[in-house]
Amino acid sequence: MIAEIGLAALWLAFALALLQLAAGVMAVNNPDTPLAALVRPVASVQAVLCALAFGALLLLFARTDLSVSLVAANSHSAKPLIFKLAGAWGNHEGSMLLWVTVMAIAGGLIAIIERRLPERTMIATLSAQAFVGLGFYAFLLFSSNPFERLPQPVPEGMGLNPLLQDIGLAFHPPTLYFGYVGLSVAFSFAVGALITRQVTPDFARVMRPWILGAWIFLTLGITAGSYWAYYELGWGGWWFWDPVENASLMPWLAATALLHSVSVLASRDALRTWTIMLGVVAFSMSMIGTFLVRSGILTSVHAFAVDPERGSFILALLAIYIGGALVLFALRANTVAEGQRFSIVSREGALVVNNVALSAILGIVLLGTLYPLFTEAFGVKVSVGPPYFNPVSAIFVVPMLVVLCVGPLLRWRHDSMKRIRPSLITVGLAVLAALAAALIIGGTDLLPFIGILLSAGVAVGSLLPLRGRSLRRLPLAVWGMVVAHFGIAVALFGMAADSAFTQEELVAAQIGQSTTVGPWSVTLDDVEPIAGPNWTALEGRLLVSYKGGALYELDPQSRNFWTPFQQTSESALLTRWNGQLYAVIGDDAGQGRWQLRLWWKPFVTWIWYGGVLIALGGFLSLIGRVAVDLRRRSAERRIAQRHEEAVS
Amino acid sequence: MIKRVRWGLWLLVVLALTLFALFAIQLSRPKDNFVHSGMIGKPIPEFALKPAVDDRPGLSSADLAQGEPHLLNIFASWCVPCAAEAPQLAELEAQGANIVSVAIRDRPEDVRAFLDMYGNPYSRIGADDLSEVQFAIGSSGVPETFVVDGKGVIQYQHIGDIREDDVPMLLEKLKGAGQ
Repeated sequence: MIAEIGLAALWLAFALALLQLAAGVMAVNNPDTPLAALVRPVASVQAVLCALAFGALLLLFARTDLSVSLVAANSHSAKPLIFKLAGAWGNHEGSMLLWVTVMAIAGGLIAIIERRLPERTMIATLSAQAFVGLGFYAFLLFSSNPFERLPQPVPEGMGLNPLLQDIGLAFHPPTLYFGYVGLSVAFSFAVGALITRQVTPDFARVMRPWILGAWIFLTLGITAGSYWAYYELGWGGWWFWDPVENASLMPWLAATALLHSVSVLASRDALRTWTIMLGVVAFSMSMIGTFLVRSGILTSVHAFAVDPERGSFILALLAIYIGGALVLFALRANTVAEGQRFSIVSREGALVVNNVALSAILGIVLLGTLYPLFTEAFGVKVSVGPPYFNPVSAIFVVPMLVVLCVGPLLRWRHDSMKRIRPSLITVGLAVLAALAAALIIGGTDLLPFIGILLSAGVAVGSLLPLRGRSLRRLPLAVWGMVVAHFGIAVALFGMAADSAFTQEELVAAQIGQSTTVGPWSVTLDDVEPIAGPNWTALEGRLLVSYKGGALYELDPQSRNFWTPFQQTSESALLTRWNGQLYAVIGDDAGQGRWQLRLWWKPFVTWIWYGGVLIALGGFLSLIGRVAVDLRRRSAERRIAQRHEEAVS
Repeated sequence: MIKRVRWGLWLLVVLALTLFALFAIQLSRPKDNFVHSGMIGKPIPEFALKPAVDDRPGLSSADLAQGEPHLLNIFASWCVPCAAEAPQLAELEAQGANIVSVAIRDRPEDVRAFLDMYGNPYSRIGADDLSEVQFAIGSSGVPETFVVDGKGVIQYQHIGDIREDDVPMLLEKLKGAGQ
């Protein structure tokens, strides 16, 4: 019964999305028709129905209803409840339903609370939202129905893969999905504004929280994914420029650019068409990312359940939405009035540099990711890796970060470098200090060397907007900016220090033998077999000490799973404030010796601390913006009330 | 100015559509994750490898240009699919194929143990400790099997282990190479 209710709710939501689109299209040029009044309520009811469908799926998973095909294939009665629930979106059908649900709820929220824009723009936006939603409803209902029943219930489910019972893996995909869906809302706003030619600062203010929210989720998703790859894969690397990683990075780059250009539009009414363009590009990148990951068109170390039919479906949606939006953009871009002018040395000027650089990096990553696909069409196989991505993207990252040091200090519209000279000198001194330190330590390659200098400059530059201001009265949005920019310096320092100073040691050690890696001395104390629920492992016991200090124990394992057979190495990490000791135990090297791989990675954890700081900055900014908005609304309401009282 | 901008915008549309068309083409093709050798149809590059075990001679490019076609098997004792294809290699040898081989990144005692366990169908085994010969003939993994004709020209590359139903096909290719 639950499955049927869920399916019925999904069909009804689909029908309402169709109605929302039809009513919207008819009402957009004719706002007086009664249909116009239909769009907002329909959007909110559609959200409720879609949430109901997703709730039904959660309930089916919670109860492990084995007559439903999706539950039988992806769950098991013996799983802990949290993993049963996570199983609802840990598969293709369920994750698509989650996507469309979040999208419908976002649409419903806009329909209920958003009153700042002209009604025509809102109707166009909600129609665009319904149009995008329809594609995903169709995808679910016609090609991947999550509520399909089995002809006969099965006695037990098949989804007890313990490798996937990881709390990080359960929440990583929805985090990225929230980001993608947030960008779909920005996309709908951009399309709505294009249709009605209403690209105004108000429009930017309405769109901004959605971009911020999406960007926070994307930042967290990428940070967590990178840390997971680092500790789980056992290579000690934290970014591999793999197609699937790039697929998550590209929307983030576009969203970061959009976040900055939308601020210019909101504050200064400039960069109108550019912001619209970025809104289209950011969502395009989420769709292209989803397509690349799900279609298996590129060879990646991430193995997904790949399905060409689903790939074709996403490709069709991609062509309709992105192709359509670009055509609309080409038709309308010149009819959107040009915004305010500004001089090169100004806050806007610095933000334009940021936007151009981010777009260039996006282009570089996109080209590198798709290049193997291009050459493959001509029968040539290549793989593109760090030797391309690192130096080529650095060409734009470096000037962007230089501008980041000073950009936030500049005034809007017009400013002079002379005015901020003391700040420039401060930043310069920080870079010089880092230069001296780096030269004394020595022995680094060019890129990490530049990275260290820049991180010092950005760290100091990011804090300078606080100077001379009352810290208690500073708006949260400014705090957000400062924290996020400081986070970039922290992450950059982690990346540079990791590649500059990492020390690696590969030894075949006998029991009792000691070795050193960097400031650590490491003794292999013992190796013993241990057994888990569905694996056996060899566990090494390492006694380690930092510069002859206290002894700590590290227990890396080499695990053998037997269903399916798989060998994994469970690395052991020891974290200090200034870095991590990373130990992996390998095979028996013969004659009672064991392969040990040890890394001392100075400041590597700062990469992820930085990522979290960046997301925190976004969060502060979001809270600040929403709080200001709520306060303004209640003030307006009070004024209106007083006005009414005075009149009556 | 405005005209030029508009032209650029349509260019963007065309670029996006080209990209989608490329996606569609690549999606409709069966995914081929094999790395095919660029040396097929070309004479085998010159090399001379020392023997990998005591009881078989090593392998040089000259051995492959003596008029008789060969199967050239790339294997390693540490490679699990190589053990899986051993019965098929034995059958090929029983049906008259002359099989020579290159052992990749291996140690003599390990090769010895491998051959003792799974049988030795090879008339010559060269030791390629740095994968130099393997890369020179365009092989990117183990096991792989090449059909080389009597003049030392590479005629065919089989990627992955030899299955039961590959045996007649390989014998056919070998016969074709002998003519």
